[in-house]
Amino acid sequence: MFYSVLTLFVLSFIGFYLGKRKSIKLSQNIKLASLPSYYGYLAMLYILIPTLIAWFVLLVGENFVLEKYLFLILKEFLISMSGSEVQLFFIKIKNLSEGASFGNESDIELLGAQKIIQFKNLFLLLTYLVIFLVTAIALYLVNKKISPTFKSQRHVEKIVNLFIQLCSYVAILITVGIFLSLVFETINFFGYVNPLDFLFGINWNPNKAFVIDSSDVIDKDILKDAFGIIPLMTGTLLVVFLAMLVSIPLGLMSAIYLAEYAPKRIRDISKPVIEILAGIPTVVYGFFAALVVAPKIADLGEYIGLDVSSESALAAGLTMGVMIIPFVSSLSDDVIRAVPQSLRDGSYALGATKSETIIKVILPSALPGIIGSFLLAISRAIGETMIVVMAASLQANLTINPLEPTTTITTQIVTALTGDTEFDNPKTLVAFALGLTLFFATLLLNYFALRTVKKYREQYD
Amino acid sequence: MTNLAKRKKAELRFRFYGIFSVFLSLLFVAILIFNICLSGIGGFYKTIFLTSIHFDQKLLNLEDNASEEQIRNASFSKLIKNNFDETFKDYSKDEIKQIKKLFYRKIDIELKNFLISNPEFLNKTTKVELTASTHIDQIHKGNFDRSVQEKHRKVNNFQLEIYDKFVEDQKVKKVWNSTYFTSGDSRDPESAGVAGSVMGSVFTILICFLLSFPIAIFASIYLQEFAKTGKITDLIEININNLAAVPSIIFGLLGLGILLNFFGLPRSTALVGGIVLSFMTLPTIIVACRSSLRAVPPSIREAALALGATKNQVVFHHVLPLAMPGTLTGAIIGLARAIGETAPLLMIGMVAFIMDIPSNPLEPAVGMPAQIYLWSESSERGFIEKTSSAIILLLIFLIVVNFVSVYFRKKYEKKW
Amino acid sequence: MVNAINTKNLNVYYRDQQAIHNISLDFLKNKVTALIGPSGCGKSTFLRCLNRMNDVIDICRVEGNISLNGIDIYSKEIEVEYLREKIGMIFQKPNPFPKSIYDNVAYGPRIHGFTDKKEEMDLIVETSLKKAGLFEEVKDRLEDMGTSLSGGQQQRLCIARAIAIKPEVILMDEPCSALDPIATSIIEELITDLKKSYTIIIVTHSMQQAARVSDKTAFFHLGNLIEEGDTSKIFTKPDHQKTNDYITGRFG
Repeated sequence: MFYSVLTLFVLSFIGFYLGKRKSIKLSQNIKLASLPSYYGYLAMLYILIPTLIAWFVLLVGENFVLEKYLFLILKEFLISMSGSEVQLFFIKIKNLSEGASFGNESDIELLGAQKIIQFKNLFLLLTYLVIFLVTAIALYLVNKKISPTFKSQRHVEKIVNLFIQLCSYVAILITVGIFLSLVFETINFFGYVNPLDFLFGINWNPNKAFVIDSSDVIDKDILKDAFGIIPLMTGTLLVVFLAMLVSIPLGLMSAIYLAEYAPKRIRDISKPVIEILAGIPTVVYGFFAALVVAPKIADLGEYIGLDVSSESALAAGLTMGVMIIPFVSSLSDDVIRAVPQSLRDGSYALGATKSETIIKVILPSALPGIIGSFLLAISRAIGETMIVVMAASLQANLTINPLEPTTTITTQIVTALTGDTEFDNPKTLVAFALGLTLFFATLLLNYFALRTVKKYREQYD
Repeated sequence: MTNLAKRKKAELRFRFYGIFSVFLSLLFVAILIFNICLSGIGGFYKTIFLTSIHFDQKLLNLEDNASEEQIRNASFSKLIKNNFDETFKDYSKDEIKQIKKLFYRKIDIELKNFLISNPEFLNKTTKVELTASTHIDQIHKGNFDRSVQEKHRKVNNFQLEIYDKFVEDQKVKKVWNSTYFTSGDSRDPESAGVAGSVMGSVFTILICFLLSFPIAIFASIYLQEFAKTGKITDLIEININNLAAVPSIIFGLLGLGILLNFFGLPRSTALVGGIVLSFMTLPTIIVACRSSLRAVPPSIREAALALGATKNQVVFHHVLPLAMPGTLTGAIIGLARAIGETAPLLMIGMVAFIMDIPSNPLEPAVGMPAQIYLWSESSERGFIEKTSSAIILLLIFLIVVNFVSVYFRKKYEKKW
Repeated sequence: MVNAINTKNLNVYYRDQQAIHNISLDFLKNKVTALIGPSGCGKSTFLRCLNRMNDVIDICRVEGNISLNGIDIYSKEIEVEYLREKIGMIFQKPNPFPKSIYDNVAYGPRIHGFTDKKEEMDLIVETSLKKAGLFEEVKDRLEDMGTSLSGGQQQRLCIARAIAIKPEVILMDEPCSALDPIATSIIEELITDLKKSYTIIIVTHSMQQAARVSDKTAFFHLGNLIEEGDTSKIFTKPDHQKTNDYITGRFG
């Protein structure tokens, strides 16, 4: 693969050189419509673009064609196998073809591996053939086109502009990709579980799906109360609520102090230091929550005579709260500083103290913006994964007691997709349904947050 | 109290709340970093026993001037048994077995490596630094409470006695743990290292940068310089804003659903990790690049246009180079965030026990944060320490990266 | 007398707002023509139509006819890059590229493919800088940033950059408004020098400057051309009351 990419680039440089040389030769007698290098670039692009596309198609298609080919030549042998056995067989002979031999392979496996090697060599040959063929055609076309009046710069720029336009569509493509991957698997999941049972069920017990053998027909009645999202929702909301309990007062008060009171020097130092909190990877918070915060809370609980679980929502929530502080504070800081000075002056002129001005004038007028920043913080907290994976429990409890173990949506996504994943089992597929729920929740929160902030901004612009 | 005095008091109180909040937030940073450092510094060191070993030729079944290959194939178990029996001949067989457990269980490999690099000691006696077992390591570093009842600890009273004697004889030493930086993951905390995960992260970030940086720059140029306002442009902008707010785990699901299941890219590899992280980094770089492009003064564009440059030439010859420092700063910040991202890696299987250090992006790998997650799940005290050490490394790296970006911004920031 | 540029019935709109009202004005070859008038009178807009710099502004619409040596510059056959090669422009604020002095001057010849030989390029840079009266001051530091020069030097660098691509016409949009009096007088001398080889059209705020450097003067007001003619005549006995008011400083 490395060499085919290399060949591609070498060829395109040769194209550049040939195009440039030809145009320089031409330009000895007559002034060209464009600079010689643009004729080179044109040749380069003519080679690079179609070959890259062809190469990519071949790369993506290789696996697909290979399996079809294997089915064809090993038909008699494979016909007696079930779907998963065939997959296993393919994996085994693929590994075998790459040299991972255990010395106990059957003849048919050795044959399969041999065929794979043959196929791959053939395919590689084909790849090179396509690359060279396309290059030859491209060079021929460019050669025919190059003339003193041909405006190659225009053409090159058109191609470049088209290319950068396509690059900007990548953002749309990613969103569509997210949406499709989530929706597709979610539909599969709803083939096993009724959407209503999922959305309104109050029992979360995905292990019920575990007892089902993949070859058995899945008993939908058992699954009826195995995938209820309600306990996960309450768990998530509980953790987020605790996090907000920490981050909103601290973040908002910090923002107020830094924006209105703090001398410039303190502001210049404190702001980046608080923002360090936002830069620390979440896995570090998770580790800290599980290792330091949770045991300390459990000890404290024992001391005052409370039974606190070591995987309580409290530890995860508090730690997440600390993580969210800089979000709240920097967003609120922006909002508070956007309040026009004239409002402050008006309040001071009436003899109000600074705190009265802040509470009665600045905060009310900044309120939409501040609420927007809270919403953004909440959306951030809902999607936070590592802290809850490491500090919260796996056990779903329909509870609002922060001292009991709770689980969250993100925790369950991770649980469903680590370890054994079987994409024909609702236990795995449920992760995508949970992901879709999460996606919509954060999308909605962001939409409202951005809208409130934008409205607020327009008010003072 | 007069009304004014009351108000003054309220003012002071409010101000105090503000200072208190800032202080508390700063305190959290301090506690976090202090705690991690406290438990992590030890991981850069390991405990060793200075043990005198006789490399008996016969026991190893080696000739004089044995080649490296021969030493590698030799069995050291007899040699070890013999040396232990000799050194501790006052003890019973069972006791010697327990003494052996004070050492790392793979000291045969250590002895082998020692002899390979110092073949002159064949048939001679010398002092060798042998790694202590992780439990002894923790005792020696003082992370262990001796008052715990014997049945609740992994080191029994007899072993403690021997250890104390070793300490008395000055046979125990704390040395720099170079294996931690050079080896991959391991089941034993004694030999586990970060090299594998560091390489995994390096490859991941490399792929992420190679994909997201050019695409982000081209997209920004199009949106900022060429795009006409319209429905599609609006749609792209909305999408970019949304992507910036999508939880990272969703990107992991995208990677799993599309890249692994649909396109059949290899699982657990830095290639897939890099692609997924590039999706997340893209919006950050685009936002930074666009604001840098906006900041380039129109007079530069006019100057080039008036000379007869085409719009493309204006952008690629003048505007883009001037916007580069700002874009790079944004890219560094985005990549720094991507390095610490864990959740998407969990989704695409970049969290697994992988001993080998990956040598290219197509080999199975774990990332730094995923390694931290893996180790933190382990119950062994030795791994907890290793986790903290890895976190220290990651944080140092992030701090350095942030300073670089700040320096960059200061140096190239132009006020027009 | 040959005309370099003719404009006929020129109307310019920003969205619905008309900025130029039906102006017809011709510019003589190898003469300096000054466009004067109060701010917002449309003289800059008019100037920017001559090398189609207004194309960049989406909301701007130009109607009418402008021709360079008899060829319509808004016709399809004329490419805007070619046009700007023939008609150079100097802006209000000196705007050298943040590159070396050498690269500033060489940029134009490079993109227009004048030469790809180092010695020829050196010669182009040298002659251009000499024509702009800057060579003696910078000959030892051609690799220094163009932005490191003083304001007046920067403006002369911009002039050198413009003449490096051998234009026929140079448009100057208040070229001295950001400069001190000494730098201004140097540039004014330069303009007088340059008109031997180029047609120069200069927009200026300062009536003294117009009187000093130009051969012809056109007075604009509210997007209308009020009066045009020999500079001496405009400044001594203008036909129009408004012109008289303006040059005597009664408004503007």
